[in-house]
Amino acid sequence: MYLGKIIGTIWATRKYSTVTGYKMQLVQPINSENEKIGEPIIALDTIGAGPGEVIYYVTASEAVIPLDVDMAPVDASIVGIVDSININK
Amino acid sequence: MILGKVIGTVWSTRKDENLVGAKFLIVRHLNLDLTPKEATVVAVDSVGAGVGEVVLVAQGSSARQTTFTKNKPVDAVIMAIVDKLDIAIKEKIEETADA
Repeated sequence: MYLGKIIGTIWATRKYSTVTGYKMQLVQPINSENEKIGEPIIALDTIGAGPGEVIYYVTASEAVIPLDVDMAPVDASIVGIVDSININK
Repeated sequence: MILGKVIGTVWSTRKDENLVGAKFLIVRHLNLDLTPKEATVVAVDSVGAGVGEVVLVAQGSSARQTTFTKNKPVDAVIMAIVDKLDIAIKEKIEETADA
């Protein structure tokens, strides 16, 4: 799983049928110090996260597991909202 | 998923027999402001996308998660046509030197 910050939302009326009903969020991957790493991606939201929130997401075919359907062409989905991160340096 | 724009169609007569009937499109990667990036990808269409449309592409093993691409040699599939993109947070995340 990776940390990310939701920076926006994407609307798509036409999408693959099994993905209907799920919100899609723009996620900027970040490291544990809230610094951005790499390019933004689009992830399916399964828990009701919103812009500005720090979340963690799963990638690859595991991203289908949190959905209520057997098959969906989804390679990233948000599975948790981060309340706080505590790092001992 | 990544954001991209359909810039063309790929035709091929000789291909893996599992891929017969698939519609292949060339998708150019886009930045969030919809300016094109260098990279392109050949993706199987699952939603009826056309040239010029902004789409989302699922990559890797997830691309096999449609009824058509199941167990087929496909690693990129167009799974949505973008209507609108709303960027709420801009530059609030600290830039790193190597980002």
